[in-house]
Amino acid sequence: MPTHAGTPLIEASRLTRVYHRPRTSLTKPAGVVHALRGVSLTVHKGERFGIVGESGSGKSTLLRLLCALDKPTAGSIRFDGQEITGLPERRLRFLRHSLQIVFQDPMSSLNPRMRVRDLVAEPLVALGESVGGRVAELLDAVGLPAAAADRYPHQFSGGQRQRIAIARALAPRPKVLVADEPVSALDVSVRGQILNLMADLVDELGLTLVFVSHDLSVVRHVCETVAVMNDGEIVETGAIDDIWIEPSHPYTRALLQAVPTLEGLL
Amino acid sequence: MRGHLNASLVTGGALVALVVALALLSFVWTPHDPVLVDAAHKLRDPGGGYLLGADKFGRDTFSQLMVGARTTLYVGIVAVGIAALIGTPLGMIAGMTRWRWLSELIMRVNDLVFAFPALLLAVMLGAVYGAGTLTAMIAIGVATVPAFARVARAATMQVMVTDYILAARAAGRRRLQVAFRHVLPNIGSMLIVQASVSFAIAILAEAALSFLGFGTRPPTPSWGRMLQESQELLFSTPRLALWPGLAIALAVLGFNLLGDGLRDYLDPKLRRIRAER
Repeated sequence: MPTHAGTPLIEASRLTRVYHRPRTSLTKPAGVVHALRGVSLTVHKGERFGIVGESGSGKSTLLRLLCALDKPTAGSIRFDGQEITGLPERRLRFLRHSLQIVFQDPMSSLNPRMRVRDLVAEPLVALGESVGGRVAELLDAVGLPAAAADRYPHQFSGGQRQRIAIARALAPRPKVLVADEPVSALDVSVRGQILNLMADLVDELGLTLVFVSHDLSVVRHVCETVAVMNDGEIVETGAIDDIWIEPSHPYTRALLQAVPTLEGLL
Repeated sequence: MRGHLNASLVTGGALVALVVALALLSFVWTPHDPVLVDAAHKLRDPGGGYLLGADKFGRDTFSQLMVGARTTLYVGIVAVGIAALIGTPLGMIAGMTRWRWLSELIMRVNDLVFAFPALLLAVMLGAVYGAGTLTAMIAIGVATVPAFARVARAATMQVMVTDYILAARAAGRRRLQVAFRHVLPNIGSMLIVQASVSFAIAILAEAALSFLGFGTRPPTPSWGRMLQESQELLFSTPRLALWPGLAIALAVLGFNLLGDGLRDYLDPKLRRIRAER
């Protein structure tokens, strides 16, 4: 079973993203960074899709493009059959409804001046939906007390904040949950809890998950398919179990060797 | 989020409160009519109902100081208000726009105004529209716009690269909503600090303009004009210059300290850095 047998939900083809560095010299040309060099991938409905790569491999850039928070230099992205590249924000409403993100660092992804109630309800308010009792419902779903709604983000621990971020992402009942290294900024002791919470919610709500991480073992924990990225390109795609046992690309092998194992420790 | 009270904040707050209290009190009560010319009390020494004495026209110095505080605050509030209302949106636009040229245009025009001295602007406005409190306020306000625009732009740019702005966009917020719900609340403390510092500069500018005759018109009492009127008696009756001079100095000091104190109070990060030093 190489890939999921569902219908394609996100189809990216030949994505390229070039960043221009500011000029540092009058005579030399400005530096360019090729963050993505022709990346294509397909995420099917209901799939749990992992993207693995070390920092600088272009995975965060790819994620921003998939969420239409940045525009590709070339290439196209179709979401549910509809082209989203180059669309102005006002025509991306359907995407904002269907696709929500959990960011890496809940310390910085939650506005410090807003109460949890407003943070969680923000996607609903922004998309013009009624809030009603949804905040309490969502807080309950992520295992936080309803009283949390009246407090500010700085009054919570890292793990609790990531729960708030997850509640917020689930508010508009999205079809796809995108997670950008959602546990990298957290204490090792709470990583498992947050990963399990996400996996449970994805199961329960029948979501499609796109999960980005630098850690193959974390991806293995929640995903069934994985794309391995290196230097702006996808070097290997396939079922996580296959790749875990039999990596074909040398970079994937290197990544696997970087995973700490019990044997390695002994 | 918030820090503890610090010495600058308390001292500055007390000085500002004193000026505000005197100004408010002057609406309902002053020891004497501040503009009443009374030859019988000409250059009267302090005492007997005249707390700080009287000037060469027999006007009570303390009453004049009280009403002068009113003028000072009035000019400061309007000038800083003009600067904040124009400068903040300009700075936010420059900090948020996707078009680099627009940001550059705003900031270069800003530099142009910044390079233009407030006093010169006031003198020019005074020459064209007639000198008075209103032209002085507008001139000081316009000259203060660049300071606000710069602070607002720098703070906005800091906020715009944070994850919560990205998160707000991903949640479907439009740019204007991002500006009002996310950027403004997070740059607010910097703007308050800037307002306090600008207020001090405005007080000084108003005093200078009134001293030069381009500010508040007689007979409305103003600290700057009190100084100017006492000029010729500087060596015979120095107290006439001392009191308004002291009032200006303390008010300016008060607003500067308040700004400093607020900065530390509202920005715990900075306080921590200072404590570590």
